[in-house]
Parts: sequence; C-alpha cells; structure tokens
Amino acid sequence: MITFKIGGIHPHDNKIAKNAAIESLKLPNKVAISMAQHLGAPATPIVTKGDSVVVGQVIGEPSGFISGFVHSSVSGTVVAVEPRADIVGNMVTHVVIDVEGDIWDESIDRSEGLNSNIVASQDAILAKIKSSGIVGMGGATFPTHVKLCPPKDKKADFLLINGAECEPYVTADDRLMREKSACIAVGTAIMAKVLGGCKSYICIEENKPEAIAAMTAACSKYENIEVLKLKKKYPQGGEKQLIDAVTKHQVPSGALPIEAGCVVQNVATAFAAYEAVQKNKPLIERVMTVTGQCVAEQKNYLVRFGTPLSYILETSGCNLENAAKIISGGPMMGKAVANIEATTQKGSSCLLMLTKEQTARMPIGNCIRCGKCADACPMGLEPWLLYKLSENGNQFDALEDNKIFDCIECGCCTFTCPSFIPLLDIIRVNKVEVMKIIRNRAKK
Amino acid sequence: MDSTLLITVVLITVVGVVLAIVLYFVAQKFKVVEDERIDIVEACLPGANCGGCGSAGCHDFAQRLVAAPQIGSLFCPVGGNEVMNKVANVLGQEAVEQAKMVAVLKCNGSCFNRPKTNTYEGLSSCRVKAALYSGDTACRYGCLGCGDCVSACKFGALSMDVSTGLPVVDESKCTACGACVAACPKTIIELRPVGLKNCRVVVICSSKDKGAVARKACSAACIGCGKCQKICPFGAITIENNLAYIDPSLCKLCTKCVSECPTGAIHKFNFPKKPKEDIA
Repeated sequence: MITFKIGGIHPHDNKIAKNAAIESLKLPNKVAISMAQHLGAPATPIVTKGDSVVVGQVIGEPSGFISGFVHSSVSGTVVAVEPRADIVGNMVTHVVIDVEGDIWDESIDRSEGLNSNIVASQDAILAKIKSSGIVGMGGATFPTHVKLCPPKDKKADFLLINGAECEPYVTADDRLMREKSACIAVGTAIMAKVLGGCKSYICIEENKPEAIAAMTAACSKYENIEVLKLKKKYPQGGEKQLIDAVTKHQVPSGALPIEAGCVVQNVATAFAAYEAVQKNKPLIERVMTVTGQCVAEQKNYLVRFGTPLSYILETSGCNLENAAKIISGGPMMGKAVANIEATTQKGSSCLLMLTKEQTARMPIGNCIRCGKCADACPMGLEPWLLYKLSENGNQFDALEDNKIFDCIECGCCTFTCPSFIPLLDIIRVNKVEVMKIIRNRAKK
Repeated sequence: MDSTLLITVVLITVVGVVLAIVLYFVAQKFKVVEDERIDIVEACLPGANCGGCGSAGCHDFAQRLVAAPQIGSLFCPVGGNEVMNKVANVLGQEAVEQAKMVAVLKCNGSCFNRPKTNTYEGLSSCRVKAALYSGDTACRYGCLGCGDCVSACKFGALSMDVSTGLPVVDESKCTACGACVAACPKTIIELRPVGLKNCRVVVICSSKDKGAVARKACSAACIGCGKCQKICPFGAITIENNLAYIDPSLCKLCTKCVSECPTGAIHKFNFPKKPKEDIA
C-alpha cells in the first residue's frame, strides 16, 4: 500500500464519530460571520447595520488577489458590523445577523437530484468558484480559484483530491465521502476540467473502507478519476506528503505543489465546487465533527458559517464540566479555543473536547539526542537542531540554513519527543521571524 | 672555538635578520590603522555590551562615536550623561544632555483586577504564548506574565511579583537599555524620563479596547473617558484609540488626573507621602 517516504507518526485515530450520519444543525438566533475566513487579505463588508439579507447573498468582497467573497449563511437583519474576537481572541471584523426565517436567494437550486452534466466552460467555472467564495476546506483556507490557475508555463499533470483525513477524531470528510460520493466525483471532474482534463486521484486512507467503497462506485463511470487506498500515517493529508505518496514526486524546498505537476484539493472543496457550479450555491455551510471521549453523543453536523461555538456545544448536549480543553480542528494541528463565543468558519472541520487527563502536560526534560524527532519529521528537518538554535536566540541565519521555513507545523516532533519538549511551539515562533526576514530581503 | 658552533650562530643570526626584514615589510603592507581614540573611548564606556545604544556592543559603539562628526543622538543609556561627558572630553566635543530614562510597565492587570477566562499550560514564554493566542484574560493588550522581560534584563532590574503576576521594575538597577521593551511581544513596556526628583505620573494601561469592553476585561483599565484630558491644566494628556497618554515633557506633576481617573488607571510614582496619609 502506498504512503509517503520520509517520517510520519501513527497516533491512535480515535474516529469515534464515524458512524454518526450528517445532520443539519438547527439555526441559531444570531450569527456572526467573520470577514477573515480565508488565507490572505480579509474581505471588505458591503452591508451595513439595518440591511436585510437572504441566504447566499454576498456580504463581503475580496480586498486583494489572495482574498475571497463571503456570503450570508442565514436570512435576517444585519444588526452590527464590528470587530469581534475570533477563537484565539484576535479581533476580526464580523457581520452580525439576527436570524429571521430561512429564505434563500432564488437563483440557488435547492433540489436534491444529482446534476452530473458539466456544461460550463473553464473560465465560467473559475469565475463561479471565485464568486462562490470557495477556499481550501482542509483547514488552510487558501482561495481555491488561485490554486486552480497555475502560472502559464506550468502544467498540472495530476489533480489530487485529498480525502486522507489523517487527523485523529475528525470524521467530517469521511461522512461527506460516504453520503455525497456522487457529488464529489462530479466536483472532481469540474476541477479537472479547469486544469485541462488531467488525471485525478481521490486519495483515502485505509481506515475509511466505507468511504473508499462509496467513492470507487461513484467514480466508476469516470475514466480519468481513480480512487487510491493509502496506508494510515500522519500527516498524509499534508499537501507535499500526499504528492510524495501518490506520484513519488518531491516538491522542492520553498516551492509550490505545481512545481511537481500537482494540484491538491480537499474532498470538501470538491463538494463545494460541485454545489457552486452545478447548483449555483455559494459556500455557506460545511460538515463539522463534534466529538471527544467526554461528549455523550458524537455528531457530524452541517453547520452554517457564523454559528457560535457555544450554541453548537449547547445543542449537541456537551457537558462542559468534563472538558478541560476545546479544540477547533484536529488534535494535531487544531487550535485551542480561547473564546467560546467565537463562530464557525470555512476551515472549522471539527470541535473536539478533551478531558483533563488527555491534555495533561508532562514535565519538560532535557534533549537526549535520541533523534526521534528527526526520524518523525515528514519534511526531513532536524527539529532538535531548530529547537536548540531557536532557544539560543537571534540565530536566524543558521535557522534559515536549516530550512526552518519548510516546517509544516504538523507537530510530529512534539508528539514523538520522549522528553516532552514542546519543540513545535518554539520552532513556530522563530519560523515567523525567519519568514519576516526573508520577506523584507525580497522587498529590497 | 669550534667552527660548527660559529657557523650555527652566524647562520641563525642571518636567518633571523632576513626574516625580521621580511616581517617588517609585511607588517607595513598589511597594517590595520585603528584610531587609538577608539580604545580610550571604549575604556570610558560601561562595558556591559547590552546593546541599549543600538550597537552590537561597547567596542562597536566606540567605533561609531569616533567615526561620527558630532556625537549628537549617540547616547549610552547605561552610563548616562556622566559617561557621555567623559567621551565628549576625549573626542573634544560637547555632549548633548539627555534625560535619564527608566522602564515603566503599562499594565496593571493583576490577578485581582483582571479575571482569567482560560488557563495556559504551555511553555512559559511570552513569545510562544503570544503566537498561540491573545492571552488568558479578556484583555488582548495586557501583560502575559511569563517573564520574557525578566530574562531579557541583563542588570537584574526586573522581577516577577508572584502575588500580582506582573513584572516589577527596580528603578535603582534599571539602566533603560531597552532590552525588555524589545523582548515584550505586547510592547507594554515604555522608556520614560525619570522626571523631576524621580517623580512620575503614568497611565498604567495599554488597552485600546472601547471603554465597556476594556472595563469588563479589567477593573484597572483605561476606558478612554477623557476626564483626565479635561482636567489637565497643561494639555499634557492625549487620548488615542481609547487610551490616554501623558506626555512626560508637558506633565508638571500636579497629579490632578490621578484623583480624577474613575478606574485608577493613572498612577503616581515616588511622590513623597503626605503627612495625612501617614496617620491614616
């Protein structure tokens, strides 16, 4: 079975929510839709207090090349356009809407039937994907239309649809592949058409046999789409790791996947592309897993963007007394939630509750030079060295020489360290500094 | 005398003389001319190599001083005016007097004033903590309390107060080198002039949130109400982004603002106690 070559770890996958079918979450009374749901420049709000909006109406316009549209996920009245704290407490402009009924924009096709006939031209598809505000839904939230427009001198040989879902606990993509396999297949065909009809692979890890079966059945009528079964290993869902696993091509240090002739998109992104192009439905909701050993009922919800996390927890009947830590995203790369009143975004794939025992930190020991972190690093870096250089302070040249900017922040080094050294925490801070230095140098 | 001995002595002498001549010309050719004043100036400097002047160390600073046509804005904060006068004497220039500065922490978000909204269990470093989230309280601007400034201080002038969770500046040891200012990811430490007779009036808050938000997060926050600005007879107080700032060059230490502030965000430092207060 195929997998990537360098490093990787095998955490327990804990996919305890995998048998919970996707269900729509009841609408909250109020939503706060963030204008910074994508990587790059935040969108500019185009509604003001008192405006009434319907589902699917544009409320934020892109403010740069790498930016995106934001649509209203509910119908009702705008009560405020103000800065609010996001999950980590940083202030971001939000559009706050009082929910009144559920009135959808008339141009959106809400019928259930599958529409597999792709009539739109390449340019029309790209324009639709852009105007629907679609971003990479694996977590990085990079605007999809930018990724689908490779530079003129580069050609994409492969389109990889990322259904690896290597993060423990998260089952959102698994459920989506099981329940919407036909739509994902069409979405894949749509994106392949934009890239000039290249070969597409749908990559799924072995721990999701039902998803593999469903996708194989759905893709059987497409010649150019193949479903691949991957060995279970973290971080297989990383862009560069997936390319290595499937094509055996290596993405050069500091370069983009297109250098290896690949474009990687998440399955949820493929589904969103299907809905946008075939059903004219902008990106307003996504599947989100609500899980954890201390949660009574595991859930996979279809949530509208802007739903407060506190409302989701309340509705799903989570007992917050048992939860010591709430994580937005998976346990490896997700962020700890500092503000429970924050709202869901395009990249929120999971809400994970961990108990005190699960999150307990062990006392930090000394580095014993065992080299486990170097073995585990999927980018072939030496985390212990980066850690030592970072700790000494101001050794940015040495850090750059040791390719700190190639770190994908997957957390394998911290996971594997027998001395419980928080390697990634320190590397991340210095990576930001080094990136700043490199950017300033490029400006000169 | 044995001829072998004679030959040896003569040969060694000749070789020595020839090599000495070669060495002399090589030394002339590759001579590094360094202004001897650099060493003299360096001897005047404190030798702490703290980087407070903006140079890599004291030797680097001495080179810059000697090379500069006017000392002007070059200033050693650790040595102060005394050292700069000495340096000016060596260089035959006039030193520019600069007010002595001291580091001031602009946050009073102690455990009592600022309730915690969540707990941080990660690495005890402000930089790491700031990269992860905005802090364990509802205030995004305040002190994170992990003591990066304390470890940055080379003079032992900063220490953590365990009861409040905030760093404390020992004014007698602070040299105003600015290492703590650079180390703080929230930039809440400011270098201010020590003031007349060591007395200062400072707004001890950095929150730029609106009044209600700031007050909810911390009971000692500046809410930007503008009362201090109105009462100040010297126009020393400006309010920007919901935060008052007292310009030390205009403040005449009348302390009217201190009693006017509704949240007690304005503090006075080192004022002599009134006799009444002693009795109370």
